[in-house]
Amino acid sequence: MSGLPSPIGSALVTDLPGPVHHDDDSAPHRQRRIGQRPAVRRSLIGLAAFVGAGFLLLPVVVIFVEALRLGLGPYFEAISESATRHAIWLTVLTAIVVVPVNIGFGICAAWAITRFTFKGKKLLITLIEIPFSISPIVAGVAYLFLYGSQGLLGPLLAAYEVQVMFTVPAIFLVSLFVTSPFVARELIATMQVQGNDYEEAALSLGASGWKTFLLVTLPGMKWGLLYGALLCNARVMGEFGAVSVVSGSIRGQTNTLPLQIELLFNDFSSVGAFAAATILTLLALLSLAGKIWLERQR
Amino acid sequence: MAVTTATPPRHHRRRRVIPGFGLTLGITLAYLAIIVLAPVLALALKAASLTAAEYWAVVSSPRAVATYKITVGSALIATLVNAVIGLLLAWVLVNYDFPGRRFLDALVDLPFALPTAVAGISLTALLGPNGWIGQWVEPLGWKIAYAQPGIVIAMAFTSLPFVVRTIQPVLEEMEPEAEEAGLMLGASDGQVFRRVIFPTILPAFIAGSALAFARSLGEFGAVIFIAGNLPMETEITALLTVIRLEEFEYPAAAALASVMLLAAFVMLFVTNAIQLWHLKYVRGD
Repeated sequence: MSGLPSPIGSALVTDLPGPVHHDDDSAPHRQRRIGQRPAVRRSLIGLAAFVGAGFLLLPVVVIFVEALRLGLGPYFEAISESATRHAIWLTVLTAIVVVPVNIGFGICAAWAITRFTFKGKKLLITLIEIPFSISPIVAGVAYLFLYGSQGLLGPLLAAYEVQVMFTVPAIFLVSLFVTSPFVARELIATMQVQGNDYEEAALSLGASGWKTFLLVTLPGMKWGLLYGALLCNARVMGEFGAVSVVSGSIRGQTNTLPLQIELLFNDFSSVGAFAAATILTLLALLSLAGKIWLERQR
Repeated sequence: MAVTTATPPRHHRRRRVIPGFGLTLGITLAYLAIIVLAPVLALALKAASLTAAEYWAVVSSPRAVATYKITVGSALIATLVNAVIGLLLAWVLVNYDFPGRRFLDALVDLPFALPTAVAGISLTALLGPNGWIGQWVEPLGWKIAYAQPGIVIAMAFTSLPFVVRTIQPVLEEMEPEAEEAGLMLGASDGQVFRRVIFPTILPAFIAGSALAFARSLGEFGAVIFIAGNLPMETEITALLTVIRLEEFEYPAAAALASVMLLAAFVMLFVTNAIQLWHLKYVRGD
């Protein structure tokens, strides 16, 4: 993974840096001559292992230990509580709605940007990446001032008696905002590398645009697409700040899993909060495994 | 004088073989306008509806200024911590082979994968007064959770991958000749690191740190659980914005959110500039 600009040559600010393309990730790239004295080597590896275990791994271990503190019975009771079950369902539903929409957007954006030359392309790329630089809280507040009763469209929505804020659609909308760059960025990088020689060949041999896309472009970009979708999905399911502003956090109605965790934690329901957190943690570990697997495929 | 037509030589645009330009660009622009630009514009308009005096009163109130100090100060310390830890991790992952290296490499991505609220409650369980680590540290007089160190640790946790993942590829790509020449000329390992290796990775190091700092400024989920959230002491700007919303102080919330938005745009500009410099540096032109 690298935070460096993608091959388009424009400096992109990235939230989740893209993949590192290891030629061979089974061993270090090359033996460096310095820092190889056994004492230096051992102490640096030791320090890094300490940081990895204490700073990165321990927080994950804590979640499972705290969730199972009272044993398996209370754990399963906690995750099958109706408000938590509803929160799980709402989180999954949000991902089902948001990920496909952002895949569609990503394909369109990558197609326009990598297959054509036009003025303002760099500006467009910067615009696509903007949600990565905006704090989720600011995103939530911005949506409130667009659709809320105090917002730009407030009077209009009130006239038609449409309520957007503090409803499930508001959660969908703000999640679309926060995660819109993920698929687009991966596909722009993938399709840039892919080039359009094969597409031009297919088209000049008489294939239709759609046929070319389905049979030539799509197979070539599938790993990039899956990679972007995976990152997008992980972020949608875990989003907290933006969703907490627009959801109204109505228990059993507009609470997603991360919000339910906050609610339980503030209610001093430690086992409940950590039990709910184990679900998101397992999803995060699954995403990491999927990410590593996809990086091997490319 | 030869008769020439007044029209300048036109760039002969290659006929577009590939279809779908209008469709895909149209969808992209419409989507960006509706999903990204409209809300940001609505926020800017709301903030602009305040008079200058009202706006200034909100953003320069003592409580607001205290949140800037805590947010920026904690983000700076977190970034410094990450600069050191990130460099260490990148160095070890690239240069040494040891059992568990790939596991450690995977672990580095964990803060990005773990939802921020989960990280927040987990760090609180570790560092709180009764926590796994907190219960041993607090009797010594070190308060971590519900104080600034807690905020710093939460910010450092969520932004660590930026530093590692930005330095790592540059270290991997570095050619060995320069350092070998240094060693042959009798330089010590430390000298080679300071004079040869560090200057090469410096742009990536700064770029990664800037990304980590930008992320820390906007971090909310991981911080609020561990911060304690006392006004004037451990309240971050994002939280004060939410508090103003909950009090129905919409103009104040809009003003504070606009300050955060402005800071985000400044950081976007800075990180872009650093990355351009970095690219030039990497390509050697």
